Amino acid sequence: MMVTPLVEMVGVSKSFSGNQVLHNVQFEVKKGEIHALMGENGAGKSTLVKVLTGIHERDSGQIKVNGGEVHFTNPKQAEARGIVVIHQELNIIPHLTVSQNMFLGKELTYGRSGILNHRKMKALTEESLQKLGVTNISPDDIAGDLSVGKQQMIEIARALATNAELIIMDEPTAALTEREIASLFEVVTDLKRKGVAFVYISHRMEEIFQICDRITILRDGEYIGTENISDTSFEQVVKMMVGRELGERFPARKSKIGNIVFEVDNLSSKDGTFHNVSFTVKEGEILGVAGLMGAGRTEVMETIFGYRKKDSGSVKLNGKELKMRHPNDLINAGVGFITEDRKSKGLVLGSSIRENIALVNLKTVSQKGVISNKKERDLVENLIERLHVRTTGKEQEVKSLSGGNQQKVVIAKWLGINPKVLILDEPTRGVDIGAKKEIYSIINELTEHGVAIIMVSSELPEILGVSDRIMVLHEGSVTAFIDREDADQEIIMLAATGGN
Amino acid sequence: MKRFITNNISILGPFIGLIVFSIILGIFSDSFFTFDNLLNLLRQISVNALIAFGMTFVILTAGIDLSVGSILALGSALTAGLLTSGMDPILAIIIGLLIGFVLGAINGLVITKGKVAPFIATLATMTIYRGATLVYTDGRPITGLSDSFSFQMIGKGYVFGIPFPVILMLIAFAILYFILRKTVFGRQVYAIGGNEEAAILSGIKADRVKIWVYSITGMLSVLAGIILTSRLNSAQPTAGSSFELDAIAAVVIGGTSLMGGKGKIVGTLIGALIIGVIDNGLNLLNVSSFYQQIVKGGIILLAVLLDRRSK
Ligand SMILES: Nc1ncnc2c1ncn2[C@@H]1O[C@H](COP(=O)(O)OP(=O)(O)OP(=O)(O)O)[C@@H](O)[C@H]1O
Ligand SMILES: [Mg+2]
Repeated sequence: MMVTPLVEMVGVSKSFSGNQVLHNVQFEVKKGEIHALMGENGAGKSTLVKVLTGIHERDSGQIKVNGGEVHFTNPKQAEARGIVVIHQELNIIPHLTVSQNMFLGKELTYGRSGILNHRKMKALTEESLQKLGVTNISPDDIAGDLSVGKQQMIEIARALATNAELIIMDEPTAALTEREIASLFEVVTDLKRKGVAFVYISHRMEEIFQICDRITILRDGEYIGTENISDTSFEQVVKMMVGRELGERFPARKSKIGNIVFEVDNLSSKDGTFHNVSFTVKEGEILGVAGLMGAGRTEVMETIFGYRKKDSGSVKLNGKELKMRHPNDLINAGVGFITEDRKSKGLVLGSSIRENIALVNLKTVSQKGVISNKKERDLVENLIERLHVRTTGKEQEVKSLSGGNQQKVVIAKWLGINPKVLILDEPTRGVDIGAKKEIYSIINELTEHGVAIIMVSSELPEILGVSDRIMVLHEGSVTAFIDREDADQEIIMLAATGGN
Repeated sequence: MKRFITNNISILGPFIGLIVFSIILGIFSDSFFTFDNLLNLLRQISVNALIAFGMTFVILTAGIDLSVGSILALGSALTAGLLTSGMDPILAIIIGLLIGFVLGAINGLVITKGKVAPFIATLATMTIYRGATLVYTDGRPITGLSDSFSFQMIGKGYVFGIPFPVILMLIAFAILYFILRKTVFGRQVYAIGGNEEAAILSGIKADRVKIWVYSITGMLSVLAGIILTSRLNSAQPTAGSSFELDAIAAVVIGGTSLMGGKGKIVGTLIGALIIGVIDNGLNLLNVSSFYQQIVKGGIILLAVLLDRRSK
């Protein structure tokens, strides 16, 4: 007997102003399964989800839910049929509180009075967050003040709290730390047991193999295949995704580590998020920075970069103390900073790739304040090429690029300044496996030219695979420096949780 | 060609609107498409256009400046005061423009260093500057200004048959167009409006750029005021009241987003022309000024609605 699938998409095509993004794609989700959707950046995963839930209209093809054909024209209709999405780009309203965000559009009232029942909404918010093992967020916190990871947890809690039959998660773990991911997975498997189905989009292979039942792979907008997780392998999935063998995940390092170039001495923040942070980075060295969410890693980096006010301490480049009044001081000295939150801090989303890449390089592409079109074009085209940004051209709005390609644009803009020191905060978040390797290769290449690298990452395999030395932060203090040879996941986690 | 169209899509609507309005008026009024009337129209819009050019920069940074009319009045009154004291007219004008620059810089400082929202900050300075004008002039017009050639020229002169205010407007347009299109400063203005945090993290001194933007706007407002003063041969303490509304309208009709980061100064010029065509045309048709206001408001709404649709 054939069981009707929960969702069935057949022959779905979609193009944006002549650029075909989905070609004749098929996709099926059964009740109560966790179905992974994988593919490189720009393969069309998010677009497929948006077509399913009515955010984008399909050009052709058929979509059935529980056997009946549907034509959603907005996500509310999809939600009414039990399909909710946690989008890759967060949908949190920054100046509202956590519980206001949780109940946005479905606020609870006293009877039909229209008067909001704040008490109940807060209690329910607290409860759903607790289910996710999140205890350090209060329903009254202003959402915009929370880290990206915490905001992500709010979105997840919001989706889990609906009585959905299918929950689609577009890279939910990109901003989460190991511990949060673990509690997320617990909740997911629990809901699965109750018959809820999931579509799970992620670039983290380990996760897919850990919790998914089946996997569908897209490449360049085409359907490549669907496999049972138990019948496939890591290598096969990668091969289906990129169309060729990829080889080693972390390319070999061959840089020579030189003298100390960058010194941070006893740095403390004004608002008390971290204290007395000291470290050094040598020429050609990669210092990995590990820690749990809230350990203050991003705050340390933003302070070093002159974006936040320091309370005390200093930063030296080649023995010379740097002014830290404004990011401009650091950039002029040759320090680059790839921020963790590309949407709100890394990119001008409504502008073109060209304008975004040019932004930190305005001095290079101009003379006496006047921009040279030729210089700008050369610089931008060169960097787009070097980073293999997948785009219709340098005038494409950054907003319409896939997540991973947006990240490449951020990296591209900073390579333009030829930095001596480059700080990367979660540089491969949301980036596909092929592009990750490209980013590691770029980092390696930079170190071969003597650039000192500071890389903050929540992905321990990445920290272990890339760093020469690892610094661990816990609640705003450095708890350990570990050489690569001596490091493993347990040692780092121990230091990150405060044990020594 | 295709590239040209996509690059200019934002001003295509306003441009078509301008053509349509002109044609309609041409049909109804014989005197609309006369050379004299068109020159007259350009002269009429020059004051609003100069202010609106500055406003374009302000709005591109996601700000707003309500104080332009008051700066215009205070700058003109002080310039008129200098003129009556017998100062060399060119020097007086330069000092007047500098005063506009400083009044604008004060706006910028309050907004950036004081972290006051632009709407509130300039609402306050609008009142303060107007009050200062009334104090300085004692509420009476300043008359008996210089009859020197250079001062009279500014508002009433012609060069090769073209009104001098129009020439000033075109020069200002050319310079500001160049700044927005081709310079680092222009790029920074757009970036701040598009995403201020990302701009700062890219090393842009957002505060400094904004202070400049408000200063330039202040200076352009006084330039517009000096044109008016020269035409009327007197400085009025109430000059420029509600000019901020026409300036904002020109910017918005011209397709610049009030959210900042997107827009073009060409659009603003077209916006100012549309407002001018409506004023001028409805006058030619003897439509009462009461109705004119209704039409103007309707067109602002229409422009914004059409802009929404195209997104
Ligand atoms: N609104 C849009 N307008 C134009 N092009 C778009 C739009 N949305 C997506 N695209 C293009 O469609 C392609 C697929 O994008 P999509 O976001 O679906 O990729 P993805 O598989 O989710 O990638 P990632 O892993 O990076 O998130 C990309 O080339 C992207 O540039
Ligand atoms: Mg995506």
